[in-house]
Amino acid sequence: MSEMVIRVSHGTTEKMEEKTYKVPVGPGMVVLDAIHYIQSHFAPDLAVRWNCKAAKCGSCSAEVNGKPKLMCKSRMDAYDQNEELVVHPIKTFPRIKDLVTDVSWNYRVNKTITPFTPPKGNFGKMYQADMDRVQEFRKCIECFLCQSVCHVLRNHEKHEEFAGPRFFVRIASLEMHPLDEASRIKFLKEEGGLGYCNITKCCSEVCPEDIHITDNAIIPLKERVVDEYYDPVQKIFRIFSGK
Amino acid sequence: MANTVRALEERGLGATQRRDAWWLQPVAVAAGLGAFVIYSTWAALQGNNYEWGPYLSPFYSPLLGKDWWPFSPAFLILWAPAGFRATCYYYRKAYYRAFFADPPACAVGEIAEHRYCGETKFPFILQNMHRFFFYVALLLLVFLWHDAYKSFFFENGIGIGLGSLVLTANASLLSFYTLGCHSLRHFVGGKLDTFQVGGNCTMRHSCWKGVTRLNEHHMLWAWCSLVMVGFADFYVRMLASGIFTDLRLL
Repeated sequence: MSEMVIRVSHGTTEKMEEKTYKVPVGPGMVVLDAIHYIQSHFAPDLAVRWNCKAAKCGSCSAEVNGKPKLMCKSRMDAYDQNEELVVHPIKTFPRIKDLVTDVSWNYRVNKTITPFTPPKGNFGKMYQADMDRVQEFRKCIECFLCQSVCHVLRNHEKHEEFAGPRFFVRIASLEMHPLDEASRIKFLKEEGGLGYCNITKCCSEVCPEDIHITDNAIIPLKERVVDEYYDPVQKIFRIFSGK
Repeated sequence: MANTVRALEERGLGATQRRDAWWLQPVAVAAGLGAFVIYSTWAALQGNNYEWGPYLSPFYSPLLGKDWWPFSPAFLILWAPAGFRATCYYYRKAYYRAFFADPPACAVGEIAEHRYCGETKFPFILQNMHRFFFYVALLLLVFLWHDAYKSFFFENGIGIGLGSLVLTANASLLSFYTLGCHSLRHFVGGKLDTFQVGGNCTMRHSCWKGVTRLNEHHMLWAWCSLVMVGFADFYVRMLASGIFTDLRLL
């Protein structure tokens, strides 16, 4: 069995350090297995958040060799066995300890979004053609890798003014829902800070569920904001049509 | 066994723990876009050698202001496709990364402490005008298809020259690029919450699906059409200046 050197980030936001471990690599092993090996053999106090180990709970998000990934979905044999593997917690959020970060900011943002608002009474019939778009967004496992890689949060720290790609996906799923009657366009432009997104597509690149966040959620929402605020032709049309 | 290595907090332009060649893509994009901008500006400034036989360079199509406009006729046209590409959702990603390093690549540091406004302030708030450039680009497509059609009619009758194929390929690729536009996708159906209008969804849903199919490869069409439009001008220019001889296939 071959061995691989892994550098793992330890500590808290105030005091960080990397520690190096040698871990045996077996067939089918993923980075989370290696972290568990380190926990059981060298560092029983190493903090790591995980749950399903099947890329469905979104708990084991980390940065492996600088790329935001789910550790349970990152196979060890995908990396060069002769080089050190570096595992850090996701950036953007404050670290609690070792590989565990405090992502509670996301839940606070989530609460500010107007929830699903269906009409009262009979819902009528729903069609698959309408639901296909929305169902893609329902695949989100809230791993927050998109939030971690988004440079508006990661590099520019616009947490107060920008909701982030995860919540644009959620808003898209509500705005495009055939039964939803609420409008979140004003929220998107103002509190949600959609205009800060310069569509560099990093969120789509890291999404483990392969949600086309930019093309299917963010850009359609940007177009809806344009309809409402930046398109004089539509404004005139709305005045005359009364819509 | 474990041993402490170092404390870490990386910030600033290019700071990253990524091991792959993340810089390759922005460098390649900067080179590709930069080369096209330099060539197209040079070609537009020339104001000559833009037509040969039945061929007209796409940089000068439709040919306007030949008699009254004191500058190169290309400048009456090129603002529209330039604006369309500059505000295009794909190209925005490409040049924000390649020229503004904002960010240069995913999970890579940027120039520290610069004030970031995204697309909320001037000039980038003007990106919201993309749909208006799209309308003009759609109109220009009609002229480009007309040019492609005309390119099969030579002085001695109907025929096929290499230039005919180049101009047809150019119009085709520009059509794939333009008709895959995100704004069009929104316009034909994306803006609707339900495709069931009056109990019938077939028409708009089909249009939306068609545009979506092109839109999924928007980057590919963007690059192919960019290269082709540049090559089409180059080919006509070489013919007009007598450096190339058109290959008649039929």
